[in-house]
Amino acid sequence: MIKPILLWTDALVFILVTTIILSALYARKKEHLRAPWRQVIRSRIGMATMIVLMVYVCIGLLDSMHYQREINNNGNGGEIHYSAEVPSLLDYFMTPIRETEEKTYSAPFASHAYSRETVQLDNGEQARIYPRLKHGGAHLADPERDWFTDVIGKSASAIMQGLLLWTVVVLLLVAWIAARQSRSFAEMLQMIIKGRSDIPWRTMFVTLGLVIVLVVWCATLGSKYHILGTDKVGQDVFYQALKSVRTGLIIGTLTTLVMLPFAVMLGIMAGYLRGWVDDVVQYLYTTLNSIPGVLLIAAAVLMMQVYIATHPELFNNNAAAADLRLLFLCLILGITSWTGLCRMLRGEAMKLREMDYIEAAVAFGVKKNKIITRHILPNVMHIVMISIVLDFSGLVLAEAVLSYVGVGVDPTMYSWGNMINGARLEMAREPMVWWSLLAAFIFMFVLVLAANLFSDAVRDAFDPRLRK
Amino acid sequence: MFAYIIRRVLYGIPILIGVNLITFVLFFVVNSPDDMARMQLGMKHVTQEGIEKWKVERGYDKPLLVNTQSDGVAVLTDTIFYEKSVKLFVFDFGRSDSGRDIAYDIGQRMWPSLAIAVPNLIIGLLAYITFALLVAFFRGTYLDVWGVVLCVVLMSVSGMFYIIGGQYLVGKLLHLVPVSGYDVGYDAIKFLILPVLIGVVGGIGGSTRWYRTIFLEEMGKDYVRTARAKGMAELSVLFKHVLKNAMIPILTGVVVVLPLLFMGSLITESFFGIPGLGSYTIDAIQRQDFAIVRAMVFLGSVLYILGLILTDLSYTLVDPRIRLS
Repeated sequence: MIKPILLWTDALVFILVTTIILSALYARKKEHLRAPWRQVIRSRIGMATMIVLMVYVCIGLLDSMHYQREINNNGNGGEIHYSAEVPSLLDYFMTPIRETEEKTYSAPFASHAYSRETVQLDNGEQARIYPRLKHGGAHLADPERDWFTDVIGKSASAIMQGLLLWTVVVLLLVAWIAARQSRSFAEMLQMIIKGRSDIPWRTMFVTLGLVIVLVVWCATLGSKYHILGTDKVGQDVFYQALKSVRTGLIIGTLTTLVMLPFAVMLGIMAGYLRGWVDDVVQYLYTTLNSIPGVLLIAAAVLMMQVYIATHPELFNNNAAAADLRLLFLCLILGITSWTGLCRMLRGEAMKLREMDYIEAAVAFGVKKNKIITRHILPNVMHIVMISIVLDFSGLVLAEAVLSYVGVGVDPTMYSWGNMINGARLEMAREPMVWWSLLAAFIFMFVLVLAANLFSDAVRDAFDPRLRK
Repeated sequence: MFAYIIRRVLYGIPILIGVNLITFVLFFVVNSPDDMARMQLGMKHVTQEGIEKWKVERGYDKPLLVNTQSDGVAVLTDTIFYEKSVKLFVFDFGRSDSGRDIAYDIGQRMWPSLAIAVPNLIIGLLAYITFALLVAFFRGTYLDVWGVVLCVVLMSVSGMFYIIGGQYLVGKLLHLVPVSGYDVGYDAIKFLILPVLIGVVGGIGGSTRWYRTIFLEEMGKDYVRTARAKGMAELSVLFKHVLKNAMIPILTGVVVVLPLLFMGSLITESFFGIPGLGSYTIDAIQRQDFAIVRAMVFLGSVLYILGLILTDLSYTLVDPRIRLS
């Protein structure tokens, strides 16, 4: 039997996803909200990066559905016990890779371990050789001879399969678009190939093709080799990098969102009401701002560590403790980063309160809270939107730095920061162990680059000053 | 002007009190000194006597806010709040949890931090302004478009990658400079080249893009059009008019970080093994030395407020339109 488990961050992630879907449905009906998004959809970079981001989001969502497995226990008086391990759906799909552990480091695509080991030969003598890996290339009879042809052959077949899958998907999509726009299939295909469609389908299909081929290739080769090598305890680095996606996404999104209501409310109230409210809010954010961010985070996280260490009874398993620590880190990061948004909103609200339509509302006797929610809030939402998207990439990068300092996520949690931290000391080895570092950096780089380019597209669409 | 400065300094005091209260609550109310002692001494085998001894040695054995056992002023002064928080206002940092004089350590360690931060800032500023001017000069062309794309790509690379990659490439493969370490006097230079270089390279993406926006905004203004209409060459428009005016936002952005240069960079110093204030802070965090972290939080806030005051002053220096009152 399997019991679904809802960790704190999982719950927040699902709330977030529901909110996004609901607000998308709402925005569909309003023309003034649709217009900027239409511009995003029409930008080529925006849509290409959106596909890349969606891949990350899918991995993160799969990794957010946790469950516990029942332990086989007979004669326990009908009491059901669950395993302490809390895997996610992603773990389930990656079980073969997750469970085959090597002894220690091995290079990407290697069939032999990284270091020599003393083994007993058949004739009773001992020799120091590079032992074969349990998982990587275990299907090869003679790695020296077969390895190259096997990797090339498998890659070629994976790419072919990927392209085939892509063709099917693209043809289906084109048929669907053609049906929706009531054009003939051939006409639609021609328009897309020549890049004359409204929505940049051509760019999206090319990106989709790259993504599909890459996924199929990773799946095919990943089942036979460690495509990014293994780490010190022999765990697959590719698996670690995928597991880290969720951590990165959560830090990037929840951080801004936990403090968002405060930042928006306080900022607008300070700017609109002025007087003592303004003084208090200004004092609050200047004080928080004046503490160097990383030190405030360090101080708070140190205190949290002491708290967790002295109250072990509150956390029933390691996953829950690590999860709570992640949530707490988001909160702390949020506290240090909401001030910028709050100050911007205060300025904007100050500008808006002098506008004619607000004055008209005041003259009609509309109450203050109504003016704020009805007239000011919708008119500052573009600033909120831009700031959420712009903050994302910075926060993903900050996670790595904080984990390095030792005040980041729990050391047992998978994150790019922890991967870098663990691999950094192995730089001095000869030959160098570079794969963990490079895997973490590349996964992070792709996500951050996609987020940066996407946020540029969003900003161009939403910032009224940039609109032509 | 003088009255303005005095007023700004006075404004800083409530903020510092706020910072102090936050750290006090974080360090002494959320967790009692007992918890800290238990953490420091190891969770398992720790006796109540051990905890008491640890607290007495570091002065954590007093009441938090009000000492009912003393009389006179000592009711308020013989407390943790007075000893550990109020004394920070006169820069009396006291001793670290491992017993060293914090003020002395800060005085010693700020020099290596400055030795990296100052050249980094100056060389970086020159490089970024040059690149941004170049890109702005060719605005609208392919050089501009790809320059911006390159900036975004460089911005998306983790700062730690620059450090690790730079150490590997320059230090290990090319053997040009030592990978990490520090020395006194002129010998320090060879240890400083790599961190400064990496610091400058790491900032290229973000800063160039930011300065480019400033330049472009300035170039869209009327006075630039007038200058062009009078037949000035594009280059002299750029250097004589645009650069001068764009220096206002650039300089004021730099002035605010000037005081914070003392604090050093956590990551750079710890990767390169430079004994500055950044690595001092990181060590304190990792050893969980709360006294040092407290002192650094306070110092950081003071320097930040100083930076804000300096920024306001620098506005009057570079922009004659602004008068402080």
